[in-house]
Amino acid sequence: MPRRDDIHTILVIGSGPIVIGQACEFDYSGAQACKVLREDGYRVVLVNSNPATIMTDPEFADRTYVEPVTPQFVEKVIAVERPDALLPTLGGQTGLNCAVALAESGVLERYGVELIGAKLGVIKKGEDRKLFAEAMQAIGLDVPRGAYAYSVIDAERAAGDIGFPLVIRPSFTLGGAGGGIVYNIDELREQVSHGLALSPISEVLVEQSVLGWKEFEMEVMRDRNDNAVIVCSIENVDPMGVHTGDSVTVAPAQTLTDRELQTMRDASLAILREIGVETGGSNVQFAVNPEDGEMLVIEMNPRVSRSSALASKATGFPIAKIAAKLAVGYTLDEIPNDITRVTPSCFEPSIDYTVVKVPRWAFEKFKGTDTTLTTHMKSVGEAMAIGRTFEEALGKAMRSLETGRAGLGSDGHDSFDEDKFDTYLSRPNEHRLFYIAEAFRRGRALEDVASLSRIDPWFLGRISAMVAVEAEVAAAGADGLDAELLRRAKQHGLSDTQIAYLAGCDEASVRMRRLDLGVRPTFKTVDTCAGEFAAATPYFYKTYEDEDEVTPAARPRVMILGAGPNRIGQGIEFDYCCVHASYALHDAGFETVMVNCNPETVSTDYDTSDRLYFEPLTFEDVMDVVEAERPVGVLVTFGGQTPLKLARALEAAGVPILGTSPEAIDLAEDRERFAEVLDRLGIVYPAAGCARSAEEAVEIAGRIGYPLLVRPSYVLGGRGMVIAYSDEYLLRHVAEAVVVSPDHPVLLDRFLEGAIEVDVDAICDRREVYIGGVMEHIEEAGIHSGDSACCIPPFTLSETVIGRICEHTRRIALEIDTHGLINIQFAVKDAEVYVLEVNPRASRTVPFVSKATGVPLAKVAARVMAGEMLADLALPAELRETGRFCVKEAVMPFGRFPGADSVLGPEMKSTGEVMGSATDFPAAYAKSQLAIDYSLPHAGAVFISVCDRDKRAAVGIARHLHALGFAVLSTCGTAKALRSSGTPVTEVLKVHEGRPNIVDALTNGEVQIVINTPFGRETRSDGYHIRAAAIRHGVTNITTMEAAQAAAQAIEAIKEERLEVSALQDVEQWAAPVVRDLAAGYAPPEALQ
Amino acid sequence: MTNRMRALLALEDGTTFPGLSCGAEGETAGEVVFNTSLAGYQEVFTDPSYAGQIVTMTSPHIGVYGVNGADMESRASFVRGVVVREMCHAPSSWRSEGSVPDFLTSQGVVAIEGVDTRRLTRHLRERGVMRAVISTSDLDAASLVAKAQASAGLVGRDLVREVAVPAAFEWGSEDPTGCLPIDTGVLPVQPRYRVVAFDSGIKFNILRRLSEADCGVAVVPPTTSATEVLEMDCDGVFLANGPGDPAAVGYLSETVRELLGVRPVFGICLGHQILGLALGASTFKLKYGHRGGNQPVMNLLTGQVEITSQNHGFCVDLSSIGPLDQGRSAGLDHDVSDLGAWVRAGVAPVVTSERFGPVQVTHVNLNDMTVEGLRALDHRAFSIQYHPEAAPGPHDARYLFGAFTALMDGRDDYLSASDPRFVTGALRGKGTQ
Repeated sequence: MPRRDDIHTILVIGSGPIVIGQACEFDYSGAQACKVLREDGYRVVLVNSNPATIMTDPEFADRTYVEPVTPQFVEKVIAVERPDALLPTLGGQTGLNCAVALAESGVLERYGVELIGAKLGVIKKGEDRKLFAEAMQAIGLDVPRGAYAYSVIDAERAAGDIGFPLVIRPSFTLGGAGGGIVYNIDELREQVSHGLALSPISEVLVEQSVLGWKEFEMEVMRDRNDNAVIVCSIENVDPMGVHTGDSVTVAPAQTLTDRELQTMRDASLAILREIGVETGGSNVQFAVNPEDGEMLVIEMNPRVSRSSALASKATGFPIAKIAAKLAVGYTLDEIPNDITRVTPSCFEPSIDYTVVKVPRWAFEKFKGTDTTLTTHMKSVGEAMAIGRTFEEALGKAMRSLETGRAGLGSDGHDSFDEDKFDTYLSRPNEHRLFYIAEAFRRGRALEDVASLSRIDPWFLGRISAMVAVEAEVAAAGADGLDAELLRRAKQHGLSDTQIAYLAGCDEASVRMRRLDLGVRPTFKTVDTCAGEFAAATPYFYKTYEDEDEVTPAARPRVMILGAGPNRIGQGIEFDYCCVHASYALHDAGFETVMVNCNPETVSTDYDTSDRLYFEPLTFEDVMDVVEAERPVGVLVTFGGQTPLKLARALEAAGVPILGTSPEAIDLAEDRERFAEVLDRLGIVYPAAGCARSAEEAVEIAGRIGYPLLVRPSYVLGGRGMVIAYSDEYLLRHVAEAVVVSPDHPVLLDRFLEGAIEVDVDAICDRREVYIGGVMEHIEEAGIHSGDSACCIPPFTLSETVIGRICEHTRRIALEIDTHGLINIQFAVKDAEVYVLEVNPRASRTVPFVSKATGVPLAKVAARVMAGEMLADLALPAELRETGRFCVKEAVMPFGRFPGADSVLGPEMKSTGEVMGSATDFPAAYAKSQLAIDYSLPHAGAVFISVCDRDKRAAVGIARHLHALGFAVLSTCGTAKALRSSGTPVTEVLKVHEGRPNIVDALTNGEVQIVINTPFGRETRSDGYHIRAAAIRHGVTNITTMEAAQAAAQAIEAIKEERLEVSALQDVEQWAAPVVRDLAAGYAPPEALQ
Repeated sequence: MTNRMRALLALEDGTTFPGLSCGAEGETAGEVVFNTSLAGYQEVFTDPSYAGQIVTMTSPHIGVYGVNGADMESRASFVRGVVVREMCHAPSSWRSEGSVPDFLTSQGVVAIEGVDTRRLTRHLRERGVMRAVISTSDLDAASLVAKAQASAGLVGRDLVREVAVPAAFEWGSEDPTGCLPIDTGVLPVQPRYRVVAFDSGIKFNILRRLSEADCGVAVVPPTTSATEVLEMDCDGVFLANGPGDPAAVGYLSETVRELLGVRPVFGICLGHQILGLALGASTFKLKYGHRGGNQPVMNLLTGQVEITSQNHGFCVDLSSIGPLDQGRSAGLDHDVSDLGAWVRAGVAPVVTSERFGPVQVTHVNLNDMTVEGLRALDHRAFSIQYHPEAAPGPHDARYLFGAFTALMDGRDDYLSASDPRFVTGALRGKGTQ
């Protein structure tokens, strides 16, 4: 059946900001879908609030709305664009929920919009556990026993019937939020009330626990002719009880006999048919009892998911792209397989390698939260690795994680909690695999480890085999490493670093010996068909085998090192920059080679670069690709800290690094040396010092004075950073949080309290500098720039100050010989401009600036780094007036980490960002808030409790909110200040003052907004309890005065209904393509040929 | 690990692959082929169609869940040799009754692990399948290559006699080799149909599926005459899968000619080629065959695609049956050899067999557009090149057993009846049902 001609305009809904449980995979899926629909001649209208996505680049859709993914805003877009159809299955749970709301409220019907990909009934049947259970019963499949509860009493009754342990699953929450396993009545009560609060329909499922059962997933596709295929089976190494996003997973499924696998396949297809998924992809999850093979259906998602992104990368079968084509009427047999080009997509990929995915957590950022892995997803990212065997893939995945580990232990960084060793084996936690490997090193029996962890013995056997090879390497020692053993060690996933540690030598000599002995890696192709047909797509992974499949390139190659797994401080923004660099250099005539290990991303789509290497970003793995590809240059400054930290070593190994030299990057990172540069330029910066011991820290503090910004050197996302107001706090922090030593000094900066922070992104071609954008932060200096909201253009800075900022930027960029992107953070206090930090590389804000200004900074930078001059690129005037304000706001994950404090500070904690844009600042800010919270309260009560220095500012805000109709509640100190200004205020008790207090009011839903600023950083204070309660009950929670002021203005804008939608294609800065397309006539400079 | 017995695989074109032994000791020769199934290695190793062949599994981890009695596809392992990347010596599954290396050793099958099976697969894809030897005793490359070159190939060789039963038996009872299948599936108490199945290497799962379709099955040796079959008073005749070159089993296609039009006939795999030969077709050898569980096949009568389990190296040449019958082919005059054109047109073309009249192509492989199913329109006979019984592989084509009973019931729409293909009966909870 050919494409549908009765629809012309298709609305695609994106997934909004990156949050835990919903990351770049939806940019990957959505970008694929938009691309393929446009290629097919459809007019694509896109709504997504996340500016750091590739899909929101204006060339991916005909009409791009960077607007909140909420029913209100999408309705406005529908009213303007009048789409014929809405494709809701590519924007994750957010997109799906929004589409459901639009369907149920009659909006779609009113505008004649058809849901394609999944009908309303299908979504409901798939998502609603009750309907789903009934459907499963109808086709003879079993689901875990369970009952719905709408109150704690209901849940207690259900628990009586089913028995503990029980799984609590709130209905319609993202990534299982609010869910968990409970073992007793107290835990049940707590979890159920939490779950009821989070569930939009106040419903939780109380379900039989199948803890310890094996867990499987099937990725299924079906077309409207009822052809259906299984794209990939996935087996979870962690048994049931751990969210699949927090599980180590393997593809394809390993431990099932064909009979069991086919039974599961039959069931998956029957489920799709019964639920009624007519076209597109779905994910079905199963639990299998390891004792007797009993199979239960756990759930299905009638949409593209995190697992489908993984399955696409694991097999080379582009699920989202094909789902989009199926939604517009094609059938699977009509769509050619991208990779073989000669066979159809109506087949099931066969793979001749093993894929392992390992989650990346960030518990170190959320002190105080429970680190046990449960059905409630907590990881912030993941790494995928491909090897011929499980051992090889697991070893690669472990060193891909960017946790400082070179594999599964035995790398010189092993440390174990001896008292709780067995608990670490039995309790699912982020370190469990390390404990398992260590258990085998200590001679523990496999059965023993199996009964504690309930992980399938086959997986444990593989880990034990890895450990056995480690022992052989250690026994051989540096001089005893022969070719056979080295080869076997590599095939068992050991890195050169691990081999060096075990054999007692250094990594360089392992590499040299290995290459001398002829133990060289080979690269094999991901081809969907296990070699049965020739592959046209150069998508490679490394292994140690006989045959290498890399073919020579026709044009000079440039290699781009990706950003690795998502974690806080390093996410989609850097992937965006890498993808742009790849696009730009491809257009400029190079063959681009991408190296990355993050399966969620657009960069690891085999369509993005000319060649894709799915490999860890370590020196060893990158060097192996360099030796296979012999690039004319390597880009290390687009992928954030991950590739940057390899720059020195790569350069030393003779690899040509494009752009700013590693030496210059180091210079900018070295506080002391850089201070000299600034002194030379006569540019001021906060007084600073560098302490190599606790005593020195106190001495420096005495010299500079408090408050002080304290941070370890060389960190990403401000890890371990605090603001200290006293010797006592400083000493405690230096002793506990950052282990200060001569090798790891601690940096102390004078903290400019109350200063305005400004970020600048610019490009330098070593001759001139182009200012990409000047961003004024909304929160004052001291909040990590990744966590603070900011606005382009600046909304309070004077022309003089902006001019001085630009001038400083130019002088610094040229002085350190920047070649490419540079980001500088400034603080403005009392009209004085201080330099806080300089990073001569792509920053987190590049995508936002690009989207706000229409200048694709990463593309321009990539071409400059490849030898072009800014003067030749015909860029628009710097800081051009566009009459629009663009606000970037950070998205915080606190709801996922009960127990952790939500106060913002110099350590970055946000997972993602949104953009709001409008013709005035309040409206833009309002949109950015709506894009995150999905609603800003516009009536009710506001609770204000602020520290002394904020009391004056609080008065104005309280008056403003009161004028907007809010009742004002305060604790005694703040209440006094407000009352004296004539604002009516109701006093409530602090937590320690008795009951009922503010937490009671929050719990009872009497408060809609909390404005609470902390002073200093005393955890477990009154403020901590208030903020924790606000997060727990989903109350809007504001912790800075600047944000509170902006919020009040935003609420006013919402009440006045001033928020209109606009497409990027309509705004002036996007009217014409900015970078001249030189692809036709461009020849790379001689040096690069 | 290092003190394990070494083994060497040598191909007739001089390529060699060193590795370690993971089966019986000794030396074996055969045609080396590859199979891309992700699971189901035991069913592959015990499928009699692999007689004379050394099978390379492209899936790198083999043996993970061990072996068990219920997954036997015949009374023994007929594969000549096994090549894998990584063999599991300590299996893990509640169904496991032993390890693959122990099983292969007990079956006398020589096997090699540690081979770059992807390189071997790509080699066979480019050069075509070829003769090979695996040895644990002779590790001299030149000597082993010479042995490969001297070994017998598959073309023209009748391997069917090696694997077939010597005397007839009833499915569900002990077979004449003294073996009682552990898992016979559900046996009908009062079978509605009587089927005689020629054993050219029949897989147990075909018999299980026939039983499930309410057939009582008598399995007879391939040399059984038509007269003997008719004396058995059956409703239908089944032609099984089997090893080697169909042209070498001329006696069977002769027998089929006598039965055509007399009894409904259903053939699978070798049985399909035998029916093709009986209808006057010739067969040819594919470069590297179809072996795996992911081959897309379109049923031209319904337009639907089945994901199928396949294992064949030979193929029926449609144009050799006779000229196109344009009138029965929707008036189109596409070349009968260009099945892609017929797939795109959505028409099942009909050719005319000199002796048996109109023959229709019912199924086509969408990867290479080769014939996967035929039916004789005037003689109540149809055949399928792939394995609707699966084992291993997807169950999409299971409806064809229902089609056979519909044919025996005398229905003309037996291959296109409204969606009989999904058998929900296969869905009961436990994995082994």
